[in-house]
Amino acid sequence: MTGQLSVEGLGKAYRFYPSRWARLAEWLLPGKPRHELLWVLRDISFTVAPGESVGIIGRNGAGKSTLLKLITGTTKPSEGEVRLSGRVAALLELGMGFHPEFTGRENALMTGQLMGLSAPEITSALPQIEAFAEIGRYIDEPLRTYSSGMQVRLAFSVTTAFRPDILIVDEALAVGDLYFQHKCYARIRQFRAEGMTLLFVSHDPGAIKSLCDRAILLDAGGIRADDRPDNVLDYYNALVAERENAAGLAVEPPSSLNAGMRSGDRRAVLLDVALLADDRPVKVVRVGQPVRLSIRLRKDTDLTDLTVGFLIRDRLGNDVYGTNSWLLGNKELRSLPVGAVACVDCRIPALNLGPGSYSITVALHSDVTHLEDNYDWWDKALVFEVVRGPELFFVGVTQLPGVEVRVSVDP
Amino acid sequence: MFGLARDIWHYRGFVHGSIRRDIAAQYRGSLLGAAWVMIGPLALILIYTLVFSHLMKSRLTGVDSAFGYSIFLCAGLLPWTFFTDSLSRLQAVFVANSNLMKKATFPRICLPVIAVGTAAFNFVVIAVLFLGFLLVSGVFPGWVLLAAVPALGVQVALSTGLGMLFATLNVFFRDVGQAMNLILQFWFWLTPIVYPLGSLPGWAQSVLVWNPMAVLVSHYQSVLLYHRLPDPGAWLGLAGVAGLALISLWLGLATYRRRVGEMVDEL
Repeated sequence: MTGQLSVEGLGKAYRFYPSRWARLAEWLLPGKPRHELLWVLRDISFTVAPGESVGIIGRNGAGKSTLLKLITGTTKPSEGEVRLSGRVAALLELGMGFHPEFTGRENALMTGQLMGLSAPEITSALPQIEAFAEIGRYIDEPLRTYSSGMQVRLAFSVTTAFRPDILIVDEALAVGDLYFQHKCYARIRQFRAEGMTLLFVSHDPGAIKSLCDRAILLDAGGIRADDRPDNVLDYYNALVAERENAAGLAVEPPSSLNAGMRSGDRRAVLLDVALLADDRPVKVVRVGQPVRLSIRLRKDTDLTDLTVGFLIRDRLGNDVYGTNSWLLGNKELRSLPVGAVACVDCRIPALNLGPGSYSITVALHSDVTHLEDNYDWWDKALVFEVVRGPELFFVGVTQLPGVEVRVSVDP
Repeated sequence: MFGLARDIWHYRGFVHGSIRRDIAAQYRGSLLGAAWVMIGPLALILIYTLVFSHLMKSRLTGVDSAFGYSIFLCAGLLPWTFFTDSLSRLQAVFVANSNLMKKATFPRICLPVIAVGTAAFNFVVIAVLFLGFLLVSGVFPGWVLLAAVPALGVQVALSTGLGMLFATLNVFFRDVGQAMNLILQFWFWLTPIVYPLGSLPGWAQSVLVWNPMAVLVSHYQSVLLYHRLPDPGAWLGLAGVAGLALISLWLGLATYRRRVGEMVDEL
């Protein structure tokens, strides 16, 4: 059936020789192989039905690009096989092997010929390619004068000048500007509607969700999940968060080492600050995840008042959210005996921050502000990362829950 | 083997277009453009003529043309340039096109075909000029010229075979490219291009019989300078070189086919 793609027990191993001489020896002398195999991809099997659209996600180095290269035939598999039917067009990495000295027009011709099109076919499509790429007079300039965005524009326009039966797109589109990305997605959607099969690699969960019927998660050279895109993305985000937390815990220096500026008269001191999710310290949090900020402190002298506050800042240092125990109406610290150590838990039912890096500053002071009596001020007591969760795609520093769109037609 | 030919035929548009682009690329950005195809060999011929013509004139027995030595030189030097041009293009072909090979899917065999095609074009341009010169100076060899065609065919087969072997090896062992330039230098002086074979002592002549390029060059010189069909012994020599060319072609293609899959991983 045209447009079907199936991959059966696919694996790729790179040969690793201890030295160049070892390779020569292996070629010339009979006997045991002198190389080790490094498997980057193994036991990959899946089928994409005609007209289906599959997204491939995974961290850098998970084997996504290798998989696409095996499918397009740029690299030979070490085991297993790839079966394709119909005309395949692939937009792998940037540039498609464009020649820097030739003009955009000449490169378009060459790329078309590489795809097996005849010169008259390409020539007849050139005006359309030019119009779609929108690079103006640059079409007649040598490619070395192009920006990377312009190269992507040309590459996409040529690759999709004729609707293929199977379109394979690697990260490439991410290089282009938003306007052109939208244009590309519109064309991909149109082709999809006409029955084209799509294999799509992207780091953009929004693009995967809106373009794909199905997603495959690659990790460490194998398939970890193959399901509906939202389920797979969920799983992926959880995997990323888990990994980074595990890595963070293992290498994290003692909190005093990555501490920011400390100031204050130390009549009460901060001992320890931690961000917890599911009662475990975390460095990575998903958008909207419930978390707990746990602050341990010691009251060293008799104080008329003691307030603990925290302030979340984004990576540029803008205040994002801050509050304190006084504002929240908690007076328990006031009655804390001298010398006692207490733990203050700030529960955040949903951390509705946009993806990015944030810091938390924590302070002990009297009453409502830290201006009067500042006991201990700990700038950037900890830093954490917010990653995308299962929520719909959005931009910005905060996630507003429950946003809806309704359309009413004017009477 | 049949599959390779079919691939090339299927991608003939790409091969043809690439040869044209390669030729254009050689001279892109230069003021004199395609004139450089001729300037290189002409300069070489001029240098050798100036340096050697007096030394060698007496040794070129039986030639009374004013341009005798120049014709002798061209008969050897132009095919030799074609030979080395093919070899150096082929040897680098996969390494130089690594970017394309990593990013696009197409039969890799197209690349050596493009390299040979580009070298052949350069040779045809200069050969036509040379033959035109012979015609104008009234020393055109006539129908005897056809005798050079089989030798040229053997030469192309030999350079393609060796070139394919070096091209594949060069991907895995970059020493090949370095070594080849050296080998070609030695090979040039071990081939009677600048000096006539007859000017060597007898023992040296009997050694050079084993140099396939010496056999081919003598063949060209016999046709172009003496306007003589090569004698049966020379044809026998050519047959030997043809056998060698076939072996090199087989070896080159076999090595290529065995290693083509590994190539992209190494680039």
